[in-house]
Amino acid sequence: MVGTKQSGIAAGRLSGEKYAENFSDLHPPLTSHEALVEADRCYFCHDAPCVTACPTGIDIPMFIRQILTENPNGAAKTIFDENIMGGMCARVCPTETLCEQACVRNDCEEKPVLIGQLQRFATDTAMATGEQPYERASSTGKKVAIVGAGPAGLACAHRLALLGHEAVIFEARPKSGGLNEYGIAAYKAAENIAQREVEFITSIGGISVEHGKALGKEITLDGLRNKFDAVFLGMGLGGVNGLGIDGEDGEGVEDAVEFIAGLRQADELSALAVGRKVAVIGGGMTAIDAAVQAKLLGAEEVTIAYRRGKDQMNASAFEQDLAQTNGVTIRHNVQPVRVVVDSGKVSGIELEYTQAQAGKLVGTGETFILNADMVFKAIGQTFNGEVATLALEGRRIRIDSDRKTSLDGVWAGGDCVAGGDDLTVAAVEDGKRAAESIHQTLSA
Amino acid sequence: MVDLRNDFLGIKSPNPFWLASAPPTDRETNVVRAFKAGWGGVVWKTLGEDPHVVNVNGPRYGAIHAGDRRLIGLNNIELITDRPLGINLQEIKKVKREWPDRAMVVSLMVPCEEQNWVDILKAVEDTNADGVELNFGCPHGMSERGMGAAVGQVPEYVGMVARWCKANTRMPVIVKLTPNIGDIRQPARAANEGGADAVSLINTVNSIIGVDLDIMAPEPHTDGKGTHGGYCGPAVKPIALNMVAEIARDPETHGLPISGIGGITTWRDAAEFMALGAGNVQVCTAAMTYGFKIIDELTSGLKNWMSEKGYSSIDEFIGMAVPNVTDWQYLNLNHIVKAKIDQDKCIKCGRCHIVCEDTSHQAITSMLDGQRHFEVIDEECVGCNLCVSVCPVENCITLEQMTEGTDPRTGQPINPDYANWTTHPNNPNRVGEAAE
Repeated sequence: MVGTKQSGIAAGRLSGEKYAENFSDLHPPLTSHEALVEADRCYFCHDAPCVTACPTGIDIPMFIRQILTENPNGAAKTIFDENIMGGMCARVCPTETLCEQACVRNDCEEKPVLIGQLQRFATDTAMATGEQPYERASSTGKKVAIVGAGPAGLACAHRLALLGHEAVIFEARPKSGGLNEYGIAAYKAAENIAQREVEFITSIGGISVEHGKALGKEITLDGLRNKFDAVFLGMGLGGVNGLGIDGEDGEGVEDAVEFIAGLRQADELSALAVGRKVAVIGGGMTAIDAAVQAKLLGAEEVTIAYRRGKDQMNASAFEQDLAQTNGVTIRHNVQPVRVVVDSGKVSGIELEYTQAQAGKLVGTGETFILNADMVFKAIGQTFNGEVATLALEGRRIRIDSDRKTSLDGVWAGGDCVAGGDDLTVAAVEDGKRAAESIHQTLSA
Repeated sequence: MVDLRNDFLGIKSPNPFWLASAPPTDRETNVVRAFKAGWGGVVWKTLGEDPHVVNVNGPRYGAIHAGDRRLIGLNNIELITDRPLGINLQEIKKVKREWPDRAMVVSLMVPCEEQNWVDILKAVEDTNADGVELNFGCPHGMSERGMGAAVGQVPEYVGMVARWCKANTRMPVIVKLTPNIGDIRQPARAANEGGADAVSLINTVNSIIGVDLDIMAPEPHTDGKGTHGGYCGPAVKPIALNMVAEIARDPETHGLPISGIGGITTWRDAAEFMALGAGNVQVCTAAMTYGFKIIDELTSGLKNWMSEKGYSSIDEFIGMAVPNVTDWQYLNLNHIVKAKIDQDKCIKCGRCHIVCEDTSHQAITSMLDGQRHFEVIDEECVGCNLCVSVCPVENCITLEQMTEGTDPRTGQPINPDYANWTTHPNNPNRVGEAAE
């Protein structure tokens, strides 16, 4: 055991037990007693605000009532009807800014019904039965190509399969699941939930996944359009934003996204190296996930440096609290100006204070050095632009409300499209809506 | 595949959930909303003769709440429809035409003269409704005028009106019974003898829901005065279940179709009524508490339960619990159970101990080696189920049967044979051998 005070980047900082403890389930599931007590708090509101707040529009009061009437499998069906990834969303949705923020109980007791945890109770119960709750419609003979086996692609595939179409998913990575498998902190996706969910979704039948097929490399959009009746693009964001400052290529500067993915794929957490003093640049969920997990891997000091204020952080208040509870320091209103590199290795990062001036963020000129032997870049991902022929909006694919792109027969959803929330639940909704639209088009 | 379709007296509906004759079925707007939501059928709010009755202009309802204002009992003083007969008939006809697959039963209440019943039956037949329900149940207002419960409380009248109706219509006749009577079997038998095709029960229970202690008047009150109303909702379910079971197991009425009513709120409530012999169920208070959408919970819950139990149609479990409803004297006195507290689930609230200590058999400890600890003392436990009833944690306390050895309370060896009160030595009227 190396410990937390060894300088530099090192693996095996903690004891084996400590790793297991640190990366166990963030919220242990509700027991059935807890679920009944919590479900009893739901008022079964009319036109419930929580449903409106859910990007997939799950009938929340209904599924909670079904839990209350000891029908958890029925509850899960109500959830899956709108969100086939209800299991993962129950774990990763920022419920405090979605359904639970809208709960009318906030007005009574400032304590919403724990919708996310109840959703997990229902979906866990149903998934443990190993049964696929849906039967496919009779075959339409239509084939749809889906690029990306992430939340958008899988949701799209399931709905298409349900409606009788055949879905062929092309996935660049060796495993399905997208960010659920590669991009979410391990303590939110314990017990291999991402893969179990993939199996659950594909068990409906009519869905095949071809791994090692990346758009623009092994497959092309033109090729897919020629061969399939429709195409859905859900390949996410392949690029990572650079800092654009001196020292960025020093040893010890890493992409937070890669770090998170590596951690999820690691067989042995003690083999993962992490710095003694870690700096994370960014203010979103990725920054939090990287920072917290660096701390949990045994880093002594972890600091998130964010160029704007607390309220502007993309990471939810819950996530910020989670980071701070785990001993991560969050510094607001500082921006990186230089990575300090000694003999090729990172030794720190120079940060400049910022302030808002006439609505614009500007540096004050005053800087300081934050010591760090590891720096994570978590300042956002970008659309790779794999498809030059598609119209973009900003820097992502433009879609309409049916998730249709500018090209005939091509739909898109998830993080690669413009206007989304970059949330799993939003990607699922995109996939589902696109599938309904594809179905309409193919049935016409 | 689970099939929820219901055939009650030849009246078909896509599921066994009808809305009971009450405010939710008062008019086309409501009934169409109900059908859109998925309800299997309705019993249209009771029609009477013109000129139509009027309601008070003050509060009609009062409620009892459990903690957190969960409504568990509702009381009402609303009368039968307060709209002209013609408008109701017109709407019934229109809705039935537009929703042919749903059950449309019309509730009726007119004075106890044969001609009055003949006239209104003819008018209802013209609407193509599927059947009629005779309202002999309303305990308030109308009973003062010799109708509703005033009829239902006199079995001879029940039989008489049922006979008139059967003689004067081709439609199935359901007699709705009032629970405000000593022995529910009497009006049920009378309805059966009068030729009624079915009974439905229960109507509401006479009640005063509460007293306003500031103005010293019953709730709800209008201009300082209140009157008794009809009580319904989850609180009356046990009363209704018993009455349904009494009719289902009465040799004279056994097999008479029953439409179960009384506090049905969840799929489980409905399944319980059906297990006790109800061929379908009627719902009112639950809809008046949560809206028509609860039908989705009712159908989904019933389907899931049926699927888990391997039932494919509701007929497969209707009445299944009836043979197990018996008289006290036939309960097996050799069946010995003891309460058992699961120490892992126990939260140490002590409620089981104090109720047993204060009000029962002093059979639960409160301490062990100076620590707070609750454990059943088998030497004292009579297996009464009070501790189970008051425990806040589900399945923490269970009753476990003793199948061998000696009952530590009585010192008597466990007897595997069935024996009941009819043969018990303490029974002065005992017979030689136990009869099941």
